[in-house]
Amino acid sequence: MKILKNLALSDTGFVFNPSTGDSFSVNPIGLGILKDFKDGKSEDDIKKRMMAEYQTDKETIEKDLYDFMKMIEQFNLTEYHEQA
Amino acid sequence: MSKRNLTIAVTALNNIDSPGPGIPVIRALKDSKKFNVRIIGLSYDALEPGIYMHDLVDKTYQIPLPSAGQQSLLNRLEYIHNIEKVDVIIPNFDAELFNFIKLQDTLKKMGIHSFLPTLEQFEERHKWALTEFGTKYHIHVPKSKMINSMAEIHTLAYEFGYPLVVKGKFYDASVAYSPDQALGYFNKISGKWGLPIIIQQYTQGTEVNLTGIGDGKGNLIGAVPMRKTYITDKGKAWAGVALDDPKLMDIARKMVKGNKWRGGFELEMIRTDRNEYYLIEINPRFPAWVYLAVGAGQNHPEALVEMALGDEVKPFTTYESGKMFVRYSYDQIVDLKEFETISTMGEL
Repeated sequence: MKILKNLALSDTGFVFNPSTGDSFSVNPIGLGILKDFKDGKSEDDIKKRMMAEYQTDKETIEKDLYDFMKMIEQFNLTEYHEQA
Repeated sequence: MSKRNLTIAVTALNNIDSPGPGIPVIRALKDSKKFNVRIIGLSYDALEPGIYMHDLVDKTYQIPLPSAGQQSLLNRLEYIHNIEKVDVIIPNFDAELFNFIKLQDTLKKMGIHSFLPTLEQFEERHKWALTEFGTKYHIHVPKSKMINSMAEIHTLAYEFGYPLVVKGKFYDASVAYSPDQALGYFNKISGKWGLPIIIQQYTQGTEVNLTGIGDGKGNLIGAVPMRKTYITDKGKAWAGVALDDPKLMDIARKMVKGNKWRGGFELEMIRTDRNEYYLIEINPRFPAWVYLAVGAGQNHPEALVEMALGDEVKPFTTYESGKMFVRYSYDQIVDLKEFETISTMGEL
Protein backbone atom coordinates (compact mmCIF):
# COMPACT_ATOMS: atom_id res chain seq x y z
CA MET A 1 0.00 0.00 0.00
CA LYS A 2 1.39 3.39 -0.99
CA ILE A 3 0.73 6.09 1.56
CA LEU A 4 0.64 9.74 0.40
CA LYS A 5 4.20 11.00 0.11
CA ASN A 6 3.40 14.30 1.79
CA LEU A 7 1.40 12.81 4.68
CA ALA A 8 2.70 14.33 7.92
CA LEU A 9 3.05 11.90 10.86
CA SER A 10 3.81 13.20 14.31
CA ASP A 11 5.18 11.05 17.13
CA THR A 12 2.11 12.04 19.17
CA GLY A 13 -0.09 10.16 16.67
CA PHE A 14 -1.36 13.30 14.93
CA VAL A 15 -1.71 12.72 11.19
CA PHE A 16 -2.10 15.60 8.73
CA ASN A 17 -2.91 15.35 5.04
CA PRO A 18 -1.63 18.63 3.55
CA SER A 19 -3.43 17.98 0.25
CA THR A 20 -6.90 18.05 1.81
CA GLY A 21 -6.31 19.72 5.17
CA ASP A 22 -7.77 16.68 6.96
CA SER A 23 -6.24 15.65 10.27
CA PHE A 24 -6.58 12.46 12.32
CA SER A 25 -5.40 10.93 15.55
CA VAL A 26 -4.08 7.38 15.64
CA ASN A 27 -2.89 5.23 18.51
CA PRO A 28 0.73 3.97 18.69
CA ILE A 29 -0.16 0.78 16.79
CA GLY A 30 -1.78 2.75 13.95
CA LEU A 31 1.14 5.18 13.89
CA GLY A 32 3.58 2.27 13.59
CA ILE A 33 1.65 0.87 10.63
CA LEU A 34 1.49 4.23 8.85
CA LYS A 35 5.21 4.79 9.42
CA ASP A 36 5.98 1.34 8.05
CA PHE A 37 3.92 1.90 4.93
CA LYS A 38 5.52 5.31 4.48
CA ASP A 39 8.95 3.71 4.74
CA GLY A 40 7.96 1.41 1.89
CA LYS A 41 7.47 -1.76 3.93
CA SER A 42 5.11 -4.41 2.58
CA GLU A 43 1.99 -5.74 4.22
CA ASP A 44 3.87 -8.97 5.02
CA ASP A 45 6.75 -7.05 6.63
CA ILE A 46 4.27 -5.24 8.84
CA LYS A 47 2.48 -8.44 9.83
CA LYS A 48 5.82 -10.02 10.80
CA ARG A 49 6.82 -7.00 12.86
CA MET A 50 3.48 -7.00 14.65
CA MET A 51 3.62 -10.75 15.30
CA ALA A 52 6.97 -10.22 16.97
CA GLU A 53 5.83 -7.18 18.90
CA TYR A 54 2.36 -8.17 20.13
CA GLN A 55 1.27 -11.33 21.84
CA THR A 56 -1.66 -12.26 19.67
CA ASP A 57 -2.52 -14.71 16.90
CA LYS A 58 -1.90 -14.23 13.21
CA GLU A 59 -5.60 -14.10 12.31
CA THR A 60 -6.30 -11.19 14.66
CA ILE A 61 -3.35 -9.24 13.29
CA GLU A 62 -4.41 -9.91 9.69
CA LYS A 63 -8.00 -8.89 10.39
CA ASP A 64 -7.06 -5.70 12.28
CA LEU A 65 -4.46 -4.71 9.71
CA TYR A 66 -6.96 -5.27 6.90
CA ASP A 67 -9.54 -3.08 8.72
CA PHE A 68 -6.98 -0.36 9.28
CA MET A 69 -5.85 -0.42 5.65
CA LYS A 70 -9.45 -0.09 4.48
CA MET A 71 -9.83 2.88 6.78
CA ILE A 72 -6.69 4.49 5.35
CA GLU A 73 -8.11 4.07 1.86
CA GLN A 74 -11.48 5.44 2.90
CA PHE A 75 -9.87 8.57 4.28
CA ASN A 76 -7.99 9.12 1.00
CA LEU A 77 -4.54 8.74 2.51
CA THR A 78 -3.21 6.55 -0.27
CA GLU A 79 -1.47 7.48 -3.50
CA TYR A 80 -4.21 5.71 -5.43
CA HIS A 81 -6.74 8.30 -4.30
CA GLU A 82 -4.34 11.13 -5.00
CA GLN A 83 -4.13 10.11 -8.66
CA ALA A 84 -7.82 9.31 -9.12
CA MET B 1 17.95 47.94 5.36
CA SER B 2 16.00 51.01 6.43
CA LYS B 3 12.26 50.84 6.13
CA ARG B 4 10.36 53.16 3.83
CA ASN B 5 7.68 55.33 5.42
CA LEU B 6 4.40 55.00 3.57
CA THR B 7 0.85 56.21 4.05
CA ILE B 8 -1.59 53.60 2.81
CA ALA B 9 -5.37 53.96 2.56
CA VAL B 10 -7.41 50.79 2.97
CA THR B 11 -11.14 50.07 2.66
CA ALA B 12 -13.29 47.23 4.06
CA LEU B 13 -12.85 47.81 7.78
CA ASN B 14 -15.98 45.74 8.45
CA ASN B 15 -14.35 43.05 10.54
CA ILE B 16 -17.71 41.46 11.32
CA ASP B 17 -19.14 37.91 11.03
CA SER B 18 -18.86 38.21 7.26
CA PRO B 19 -15.60 40.13 7.33
CA GLY B 20 -14.12 42.43 4.75
CA PRO B 21 -10.43 42.02 3.92
CA GLY B 22 -9.37 45.46 5.21
CA ILE B 23 -8.14 44.53 8.68
CA PRO B 24 -6.21 41.42 7.54
CA VAL B 25 -4.60 43.52 4.79
CA ILE B 26 -3.63 46.15 7.36
CA ARG B 27 -2.17 43.49 9.68
CA ALA B 28 -0.10 42.21 6.76
CA LEU B 29 1.18 45.72 6.02
CA LYS B 30 2.00 46.31 9.68
CA ASP B 31 4.06 43.08 9.55
CA SER B 32 6.08 44.37 6.60
CA LYS B 33 9.85 44.26 6.96
CA LYS B 34 10.18 46.82 4.17
CA PHE B 35 7.80 49.61 5.19
CA ASN B 36 6.69 51.59 8.19
CA VAL B 37 3.06 52.24 7.42
CA ARG B 38 0.61 54.86 8.52
CA ILE B 39 -2.84 53.45 7.82
CA ILE B 40 -5.74 55.57 6.66
CA GLY B 41 -8.99 53.66 7.00
CA LEU B 42 -11.74 54.40 4.50
CA SER B 43 -15.16 53.44 5.83
CA TYR B 44 -18.75 53.43 4.64
CA ASP B 45 -20.50 52.89 7.96
CA ALA B 46 -19.86 54.33 11.40
CA LEU B 47 -20.02 50.87 12.98
CA GLU B 48 -17.26 49.23 10.96
CA PRO B 49 -15.11 47.79 13.77
CA GLY B 50 -11.82 48.75 12.11
CA ILE B 51 -12.58 52.44 12.67
CA TYR B 52 -12.04 51.89 16.39
CA MET B 53 -8.94 49.66 16.12
CA HIS B 54 -6.48 52.44 16.82
CA ASP B 55 -3.51 50.11 17.07
CA LEU B 56 -4.07 49.17 13.42
CA VAL B 57 -5.83 52.17 11.87
CA ASP B 58 -4.27 55.58 12.48
CA LYS B 59 -7.07 57.72 11.05
CA THR B 60 -10.38 56.93 9.38
CA TYR B 61 -12.42 58.87 6.86
CA GLN B 62 -15.91 58.01 5.68
CA ILE B 63 -16.17 57.80 1.92
CA PRO B 64 -19.33 57.91 -0.23
CA LEU B 65 -21.05 54.67 -1.20
CA PRO B 66 -20.15 53.33 -4.66
CA SER B 67 -23.62 54.28 -5.90
CA ALA B 68 -22.76 57.96 -5.39
CA GLY B 69 -20.44 57.73 -8.40
CA GLN B 70 -16.85 58.41 -9.30
CA GLN B 71 -16.87 62.19 -9.00
CA SER B 72 -18.17 62.06 -5.49
CA LEU B 73 -15.48 59.51 -4.53
CA LEU B 74 -12.79 61.57 -6.24
CA ASN B 75 -13.81 64.73 -4.38
CA ARG B 76 -13.57 62.91 -1.08
CA LEU B 77 -10.22 61.30 -1.92
CA GLU B 78 -8.82 64.70 -2.94
CA TYR B 79 -9.83 66.09 0.43
CA ILE B 80 -8.23 63.13 2.26
CA HIS B 81 -5.08 63.28 0.14
CA ASN B 82 -4.61 66.99 0.86
CA ILE B 83 -4.42 66.17 4.55
CA GLU B 84 -2.78 62.74 4.59
CA LYS B 85 -0.60 62.58 1.45
CA VAL B 86 -1.61 59.02 0.62
CA ASP B 87 1.06 56.97 -1.20
CA VAL B 88 -0.98 53.86 -1.97
CA ILE B 89 -4.66 52.99 -1.89
CA ILE B 90 -5.98 49.42 -1.53
CA PRO B 91 -9.70 49.03 -2.19
CA ASN B 92 -10.98 45.68 -0.91
CA PHE B 93 -14.67 45.56 -1.83
CA ASP B 94 -15.94 44.10 -5.10
CA ALA B 95 -18.68 46.73 -5.28
CA GLU B 96 -16.29 49.69 -5.11
CA LEU B 97 -13.65 48.36 -7.51
CA PHE B 98 -15.27 49.66 -10.68
CA ASN B 99 -15.01 53.25 -9.46
CA PHE B 100 -11.44 52.81 -8.25
CA ILE B 101 -10.37 51.19 -11.53
CA LYS B 102 -11.88 54.09 -13.45
CA LEU B 103 -10.17 56.62 -11.20
CA GLN B 104 -6.76 54.94 -10.95
CA ASP B 105 -5.03 57.14 -13.56
CA THR B 106 -6.40 60.33 -12.04
CA LEU B 107 -5.33 59.17 -8.60
CA LYS B 108 -1.86 58.31 -9.86
CA LYS B 109 -1.45 61.84 -11.22
CA MET B 110 -2.25 63.04 -7.71
CA GLY B 111 0.46 60.74 -6.34
CA ILE B 112 -1.83 57.98 -5.08
CA HIS B 113 -0.67 54.61 -6.41
CA SER B 114 -2.76 51.49 -6.72
CA PHE B 115 -2.40 48.04 -8.24
CA LEU B 116 -5.76 46.95 -9.60
CA PRO B 117 -7.01 44.60 -12.28
CA THR B 118 -7.79 46.17 -15.63
CA LEU B 119 -11.44 46.86 -16.40
CA GLU B 120 -11.41 43.98 -18.89
CA GLN B 121 -10.03 41.56 -16.27
CA PHE B 122 -12.56 42.82 -13.75
CA GLU B 123 -15.49 42.43 -16.13
CA GLU B 124 -14.69 39.06 -17.64
CA ARG B 125 -14.56 37.24 -14.29
CA HIS B 126 -18.01 38.38 -13.20
CA LYS B 127 -20.21 35.57 -11.94
CA TRP B 128 -22.52 35.88 -14.92
CA ALA B 129 -19.59 35.58 -17.35
CA LEU B 130 -17.84 32.68 -15.65
CA THR B 131 -18.76 30.08 -18.27
CA GLU B 132 -17.02 32.06 -21.02
CA PHE B 133 -14.13 32.69 -18.63
CA GLY B 134 -13.72 28.96 -18.04
CA THR B 135 -13.75 28.23 -21.75
CA LYS B 136 -11.19 30.96 -22.45
CA TYR B 137 -8.73 29.85 -19.77
CA HIS B 138 -9.43 26.09 -19.87
CA ILE B 139 -10.86 25.88 -16.36
CA HIS B 140 -13.91 23.73 -15.53
CA VAL B 141 -16.86 25.89 -14.52
CA PRO B 142 -20.29 24.64 -13.37
CA LYS B 143 -23.09 25.56 -15.74
CA SER B 144 -24.72 28.87 -14.79
CA LYS B 145 -27.17 31.46 -16.06
CA MET B 146 -28.48 34.87 -15.07
CA ILE B 147 -32.10 35.42 -14.24
CA ASN B 148 -33.90 38.70 -13.75
CA SER B 149 -37.37 37.68 -12.62
CA MET B 150 -39.07 35.26 -10.26
CA ALA B 151 -41.00 33.80 -13.19
CA GLU B 152 -37.80 32.19 -14.46
CA ILE B 153 -37.44 30.08 -11.30
CA HIS B 154 -39.97 27.58 -12.60
CA THR B 155 -37.86 26.78 -15.66
CA LEU B 156 -34.81 25.85 -13.58
CA ALA B 157 -35.81 22.33 -12.55
CA TYR B 158 -35.61 21.13 -16.12
CA GLU B 159 -32.44 23.01 -16.95
CA PHE B 160 -30.39 22.49 -13.77
CA GLY B 161 -32.20 20.00 -11.55
CA TYR B 162 -32.13 20.39 -7.78
CA PRO B 163 -30.19 21.22 -5.72
CA LEU B 164 -28.86 24.34 -7.41
CA VAL B 165 -27.02 27.42 -6.18
CA VAL B 166 -28.65 30.89 -6.06
CA LYS B 167 -26.08 33.69 -6.05
CA GLY B 168 -26.07 37.47 -5.75
CA LYS B 169 -24.18 39.54 -8.30
CA PHE B 170 -21.60 40.64 -5.75
CA TYR B 171 -22.07 38.57 -2.59
CA ASP B 172 -24.17 35.80 -1.06
CA ALA B 173 -24.85 32.29 -2.27
CA SER B 174 -27.33 29.67 -1.03
CA VAL B 175 -28.04 26.11 -2.05
CA ALA B 176 -31.72 25.61 -2.90
CA TYR B 177 -33.23 22.13 -2.77
CA SER B 178 -36.64 23.07 -4.19
CA PRO B 179 -38.29 25.77 -6.33
CA ASP B 180 -39.82 27.27 -3.17
CA GLN B 181 -36.40 27.61 -1.58
CA ALA B 182 -34.96 29.03 -4.80
CA LEU B 183 -37.75 31.62 -4.84
CA GLY B 184 -37.04 32.55 -1.23
CA TYR B 185 -33.32 33.01 -1.92
CA PHE B 186 -34.08 34.95 -5.10
CA ASN B 187 -36.10 37.47 -3.09
CA LYS B 188 -33.65 37.63 -0.20
CA ILE B 189 -30.50 38.05 -2.28
CA SER B 190 -31.97 40.36 -4.95
CA GLY B 191 -33.43 42.50 -2.15
CA LYS B 192 -29.94 42.99 -0.78
CA TRP B 193 -27.71 43.13 -3.86
CA GLY B 194 -30.13 43.79 -6.73
CA LEU B 195 -30.50 41.94 -10.03
CA PRO B 196 -29.43 39.85 -11.84
CA ILE B 197 -29.39 36.68 -9.79
CA ILE B 198 -27.03 33.94 -10.93
CA ILE B 199 -28.18 30.34 -10.94
CA GLN B 200 -25.35 27.83 -10.83
CA GLN B 201 -25.32 24.06 -11.10
CA TYR B 202 -24.57 22.45 -7.74
CA THR B 203 -21.22 20.65 -7.74
CA GLN B 204 -20.63 17.98 -5.12
CA GLY B 205 -17.22 18.11 -3.49
CA THR B 206 -14.97 20.00 -1.10
CA GLU B 207 -14.57 23.74 -1.37
CA VAL B 208 -10.95 24.81 -1.69
CA ASN B 209 -9.85 28.39 -2.12
CA LEU B 210 -6.69 30.15 -3.17
CA THR B 211 -5.46 33.65 -2.41
CA GLY B 212 -3.06 34.95 -5.02
CA ILE B 213 -1.46 37.98 -6.60
CA GLY B 214 -0.49 38.60 -10.21
CA ASP B 215 1.99 41.14 -11.54
CA GLY B 216 -0.05 42.16 -14.59
CA LYS B 217 2.55 40.62 -16.92
CA GLY B 218 1.41 37.01 -16.64
CA ASN B 219 3.40 36.02 -13.55
CA LEU B 220 1.87 34.61 -10.41
CA ILE B 221 3.79 36.45 -7.69
CA GLY B 222 2.33 34.46 -4.82
CA ALA B 223 -0.43 31.98 -4.04
CA VAL B 224 -1.59 29.99 -1.02
CA PRO B 225 -4.43 27.44 -1.20
CA MET B 226 -6.71 26.90 1.80
CA ARG B 227 -9.55 24.69 2.95
CA LYS B 228 -12.13 25.99 5.38
CA THR B 229 -12.15 23.79 8.46
CA TYR B 230 -14.87 25.67 10.33
CA ILE B 231 -17.65 27.42 8.44
CA THR B 232 -20.16 29.92 9.84
CA ASP B 233 -23.84 29.84 8.99
CA LYS B 234 -23.03 32.54 6.40
CA GLY B 235 -20.64 30.15 4.72
CA LYS B 236 -17.60 32.14 5.83
CA ALA B 237 -14.40 30.56 7.04
CA TRP B 238 -13.96 30.80 10.81
CA ALA B 239 -10.94 28.52 10.63
CA GLY B 240 -8.89 27.22 7.74
CA VAL B 241 -5.69 25.42 6.88
CA ALA B 242 -3.11 26.09 4.17
CA LEU B 243 -2.95 23.19 1.71
CA ASP B 244 -0.26 21.58 -0.36
CA ASP B 245 -2.26 21.51 -3.59
CA PRO B 246 -0.10 21.56 -6.73
CA LYS B 247 -3.08 21.14 -9.05
CA LEU B 248 -4.84 24.22 -7.69
CA MET B 249 -1.57 26.16 -7.85
CA ASP B 250 -1.27 25.12 -11.47
CA ILE B 251 -4.78 26.37 -12.24
CA ALA B 252 -3.93 29.74 -10.66
CA ARG B 253 -0.64 29.93 -12.58
CA LYS B 254 -2.37 29.18 -15.88
CA MET B 255 -5.11 31.71 -15.25
CA VAL B 256 -2.66 34.48 -14.39
CA LYS B 257 -0.51 33.62 -17.38
CA GLY B 258 -3.56 33.70 -19.64
CA ASN B 259 -5.27 36.87 -18.48
CA LYS B 260 -2.20 38.68 -17.03
CA TRP B 261 -4.10 39.30 -13.83
CA ARG B 262 -3.00 42.45 -12.03
CA GLY B 263 -3.35 42.58 -8.25
CA GLY B 264 -4.83 40.36 -5.58
CA PHE B 265 -7.47 37.75 -6.25
CA GLU B 266 -9.20 34.76 -4.75
CA LEU B 267 -10.20 31.58 -6.56
CA GLU B 268 -13.10 29.66 -5.06
CA MET B 269 -13.12 26.11 -6.36
CA ILE B 270 -14.87 22.81 -5.71
CA ARG B 271 -12.64 19.74 -5.71
CA THR B 272 -14.68 16.66 -6.54
CA ASP B 273 -14.02 13.13 -5.28
CA ARG B 274 -12.47 12.44 -8.67
CA ASN B 275 -9.95 15.21 -8.00
CA GLU B 276 -11.44 17.51 -10.63
CA TYR B 277 -11.55 21.24 -9.92
CA TYR B 278 -14.52 23.46 -10.74
CA LEU B 279 -14.26 27.23 -10.52
CA ILE B 280 -17.26 28.68 -8.73
CA GLU B 281 -16.07 32.23 -8.28
CA ILE B 282 -13.16 34.65 -8.73
CA ASN B 283 -12.96 37.57 -6.36
CA PRO B 284 -11.00 40.48 -7.83
CA ARG B 285 -9.28 41.37 -4.56
CA PHE B 286 -7.70 39.73 -1.54
CA PRO B 287 -10.01 37.53 0.55
CA ALA B 288 -10.67 38.19 4.24
CA TRP B 289 -8.40 35.24 5.08
CA VAL B 290 -5.39 36.74 3.26
CA TYR B 291 -3.47 36.99 6.53
CA LEU B 292 -3.09 33.19 6.42
CA ALA B 293 -0.78 33.72 3.43
CA VAL B 294 1.36 36.01 5.59
CA GLY B 295 1.41 33.36 8.33
CA ALA B 296 2.39 30.74 5.78
CA GLY B 297 5.30 32.85 4.57
CA GLN B 298 3.96 35.02 1.74
CA ASN B 299 3.06 38.64 2.46
CA HIS B 300 0.84 39.37 -0.54
CA PRO B 301 -0.35 42.85 0.56
CA GLU B 302 3.29 43.91 0.97
CA ALA B 303 4.06 42.64 -2.54
CA LEU B 304 1.04 44.53 -3.88
CA VAL B 305 2.27 47.80 -2.37
CA GLU B 306 5.72 47.27 -3.85
CA MET B 307 4.24 46.66 -7.30
CA ALA B 308 1.93 49.66 -6.93
CA LEU B 309 5.04 51.79 -6.35
CA GLY B 310 6.67 50.34 -9.46
CA ASP B 311 9.16 48.07 -7.70
CA GLU B 312 10.20 44.78 -9.25
CA VAL B 313 8.89 41.92 -7.13
CA LYS B 314 10.21 38.38 -7.38
CA PRO B 315 7.64 35.57 -7.13
CA PHE B 316 7.39 33.72 -3.84
CA THR B 317 8.59 30.16 -4.26
CA THR B 318 7.50 28.48 -1.03
CA TYR B 319 4.93 28.59 1.73
CA GLU B 320 4.22 26.43 4.74
CA SER B 321 1.27 24.10 4.26
CA GLY B 322 -0.51 23.06 7.44
CA LYS B 323 -0.44 26.60 8.82
CA MET B 324 -3.90 27.39 10.18
CA PHE B 325 -5.98 30.40 11.07
CA VAL B 326 -8.68 30.46 13.72
CA ARG B 327 -10.80 33.60 13.90
CA TYR B 328 -12.24 35.06 17.07
CA SER B 329 -14.70 37.76 18.00
CA TYR B 330 -13.83 40.54 20.42
CA ASP B 331 -15.93 43.24 22.01
CA GLN B 332 -14.22 46.58 21.67
CA ILE B 333 -15.26 49.22 24.15
CA VAL B 334 -15.85 52.49 22.33
CA ASP B 335 -16.53 55.92 23.79
CA LEU B 336 -19.73 57.48 22.53
CA LYS B 337 -17.65 60.55 21.63
CA GLU B 338 -15.75 58.53 19.03
CA PHE B 339 -18.93 57.20 17.48
CA GLU B 340 -20.32 60.73 17.52
CA THR B 341 -17.21 62.12 15.79
CA ILE B 342 -17.18 59.59 12.93
CA SER B 343 -20.96 59.88 12.54
CA THR B 344 -21.10 63.66 12.41
CA MET B 345 -17.68 64.75 11.15
CA GLY B 346 -17.03 61.75 8.85
CA GLU B 347 -13.54 61.24 10.23
CA LEU B 348 -11.90 59.92 13.35
